[in-house]
Amino acid sequence: MELLVAIMVGVLVAASVHLMLARNVLRFLFGLVLISNAANLTIFVAGRLTPESPPLIPYDADVPVADVANALPQALVLTAIVIGFGLFAFALTLVYRTYQNLGTLNSDEMRLAEPEDDTHVAAENKTYIAREAGQ
Amino acid sequence: MATGGVEVPRLAGGPAGWLSVIIPAVLFAWFAQFLPAVADGQTPLIGIDWVPSLDIRLEMLLDGLSLTFALLITGIGTLVTLYSTKYLGNHPEYPRFVLYLMIFMVGMLGLVLADNLIALFVFWEVTTISSYLLIGFTSDSAKSRRSALQALLLTGTGGLALLAGMIMLGSAAGTFSLMEIRGMGDAIRDHEYYIPILILFLAGAFTKSAQFPFHFWLPNAMAAPTPVSAYLHSATMVKGGVYLMARMNPTLGGTEPWFWALVIAGGFTTVFASVLAIRQTDIKQVLAYTTLMALGALTLFIGAGSSHAIKAAMLFLVVHSLYKAALFLMIGIVDHETGTREVADLRGLARKMPITFLAGALAAISMAGIPPFFGFIGKEFLYKAGLEADVAGLWITGCIFAASVLMFMAAGISVARPFLGRVPERFADVHEGPTPMWIGPFLLGALSLFFGIYSDIPEFWLVGPATDAVYGSDVSVDLYLFREVNDAFILSMITFAVGFVLYLGHGRIRNALGRIITANPIKFDPGWDRTLDGLKVLAGWQTNLLQSGILQRYIFIIFATLAIGVGVTIYLQDALNFRMDIAAELDGLLFKHWAILTFITAGAILTALTGSRMVAIVALGVVGIGVALLFIIFSAPDVAITQLLVETLVVVLVAVAMLKLPHLGVRTDESNRPVHAMLSISVGVITTLVLVAVLQSDLDLRLTEYFGETSWSEAFGRNIVNVILVDFRALDTFGEIAVVVVAALSAYALLRGTRYGSIRDEGEEK
Repeated sequence: MELLVAIMVGVLVAASVHLMLARNVLRFLFGLVLISNAANLTIFVAGRLTPESPPLIPYDADVPVADVANALPQALVLTAIVIGFGLFAFALTLVYRTYQNLGTLNSDEMRLAEPEDDTHVAAENKTYIAREAGQ
Repeated sequence: MATGGVEVPRLAGGPAGWLSVIIPAVLFAWFAQFLPAVADGQTPLIGIDWVPSLDIRLEMLLDGLSLTFALLITGIGTLVTLYSTKYLGNHPEYPRFVLYLMIFMVGMLGLVLADNLIALFVFWEVTTISSYLLIGFTSDSAKSRRSALQALLLTGTGGLALLAGMIMLGSAAGTFSLMEIRGMGDAIRDHEYYIPILILFLAGAFTKSAQFPFHFWLPNAMAAPTPVSAYLHSATMVKGGVYLMARMNPTLGGTEPWFWALVIAGGFTTVFASVLAIRQTDIKQVLAYTTLMALGALTLFIGAGSSHAIKAAMLFLVVHSLYKAALFLMIGIVDHETGTREVADLRGLARKMPITFLAGALAAISMAGIPPFFGFIGKEFLYKAGLEADVAGLWITGCIFAASVLMFMAAGISVARPFLGRVPERFADVHEGPTPMWIGPFLLGALSLFFGIYSDIPEFWLVGPATDAVYGSDVSVDLYLFREVNDAFILSMITFAVGFVLYLGHGRIRNALGRIITANPIKFDPGWDRTLDGLKVLAGWQTNLLQSGILQRYIFIIFATLAIGVGVTIYLQDALNFRMDIAAELDGLLFKHWAILTFITAGAILTALTGSRMVAIVALGVVGIGVALLFIIFSAPDVAITQLLVETLVVVLVAVAMLKLPHLGVRTDESNRPVHAMLSISVGVITTLVLVAVLQSDLDLRLTEYFGETSWSEAFGRNIVNVILVDFRALDTFGEIAVVVVAALSAYALLRGTRYGSIRDEGEEK
């Protein structure tokens, strides 16, 4: 089963990379959701899969009975899910707000901070360098 | 001289000026008290723990070499700061200047006194940085800034090489203490790291002491105010490299590579620099190049390495510091009073500035090497050491002979020309410089004479102990003016004769040299500019390539780096030997397993390929629920509950957002599709490969077992996952809560927006 999950994680990652390479930032967001799922599964399966024995200690024992599931990756994944959700929620509001302000979801058209036409900056630099060299 | 700003009248430089004179003077006295002990052969070591965990101690090593340097630094420092109180005392930025000068002095003292290699490096860099600040002191001049940066980059690069060399030496020797390393010379010389260590150390020393081909920064550094040139770029800092070579001589010296590297670089620098010195018309530049000559000579003789050569080098070190600092200060006075340093303009100043002339003449006679001055003894011993050298004696003697002849000439150009002859009309109102300014050069010049006549004094207190420290064992040092007519003495006489003849024709020689040098296509200084320009172009190209401002490209670069980096590693480490038992993997799989795997895979592919946002949301939901089901089946109920909650929220949030967002539309980046698909698939495949490699290896269960055993007994919880989250790793959970809070607050701020934040709103208002 671990092997099959590993292959499936590969598919998830491939799909999310493909989505994140898109210009549309909404697709990028979908990729983000998928890749956090893939990452969580990776951690989970790396701790090995144990069916039907959750890491609990019975009332009549001080330690878990033999062969319970690996508790450590579960704890890590729990944290990761919540943080992943926080990231997603923030990214989603950011996309929403960006669309409100810029009227586009295409990342290439979002050039408020670095306008495409920044040739005048380059020209200024060139004169400055020339002046320095002249002295 | 520094220009710009309003002059601030200060009495002898104000408090900053007084302090700057008192501090080095007190230090000089403090160091002087160690003279008897050091002359007696002791090496007082004073230290404190600095970074004990890294075995770095701040220890002062006071042997003959470091004490000689310390006395030069504080002694000349006192005279130079005294001089500066008048030279720059009314400059608006004078306190800043004093601060830099004091920082430099501390750094330089640290450099020569440090016993620990790392501490030595730190002080080395302190001198580099303070030198940068002082060269660029007149920061409103582009020339100063350029010279400062050039010096910083060159000596700084050398400093980094030195650090690497020191770390290698430290690991080869097993200690960073110079005292301990000194005794390990043989072991170090046979070590496999010897050649790299040597190259890195010499890179540091040659850049600092401006040896060819790194010589060009030093004449440019003369953009600094004259006291700085006299102090840093003649008497002390540029001798840092010489100090390092001298200090390392017992450890690294005595081998063929050491000998030839130093002898060739030093010899070439000394002749090359003296020729260029004659060519200059600015007297300060003449002095700058003669300083290069001296540095070359010191390198040459430390490289030659015999007891005579070391003795000659240490002697010349003291001789040169005395006369050269005096000459720099002298030309500073001339510049201060007349406003020019050009050989062609200056004439007959002896009558107008008699004390300055006397000081300059004393120093210049010492530089020319005329008896009974200290410089004569210095030159005699250089000749003697050259003539007695077993290997390359002709080269050493020849280089030093040529340099001495030219030194004689340079001494004439720097002092005889400007001071002798008739006074031109324009200098009719020129008068003697102020007392604090001429005290320094006068004292130094007088010392050059005094040490020449009473040569026992420097022999016993300075040169002797320094030679012992550098040579590594006791050497008999016996300085004298004249004993007998020997080869060295005859060579000296020839030097004077040739030097005098050349001095008479120096105008014509300068012009001829000028023509030769103009014709020479190899120029270091413009070459430096081209190198820097090239670096800028390279940086620009690289930045444009990597920082395109296009999100898509950034993501592409990140994933491509991941794919290539991990892929190549897997290939190189040969981690790809698949040995899983496929039958065992498939054994016991039920319908529910297959169903979940199929749903997740299909959902992911659908999300990636669909053009409809509704389909994408549904497919995402399928993936999320499928993952939750996997968690349930494989014994992770808590994780599954969280996953279900979060997935539901994600779908709800996206659906709500969709109300205000446009349709997805077709992907517009058709041209890149095959490349993107390839990259996606490679990253996916590589993830699977890594995961398979992980699954094939052994699992370290120690942490899990620890948590299982202590969950109830120590934390009183029966759900191990919960106990880990709220107890063992509670801080992580706290951090996680903080992240969620920050995300929520930021999202709230974004949604609420600001009244003026929206561009579209502004557009609508208009």
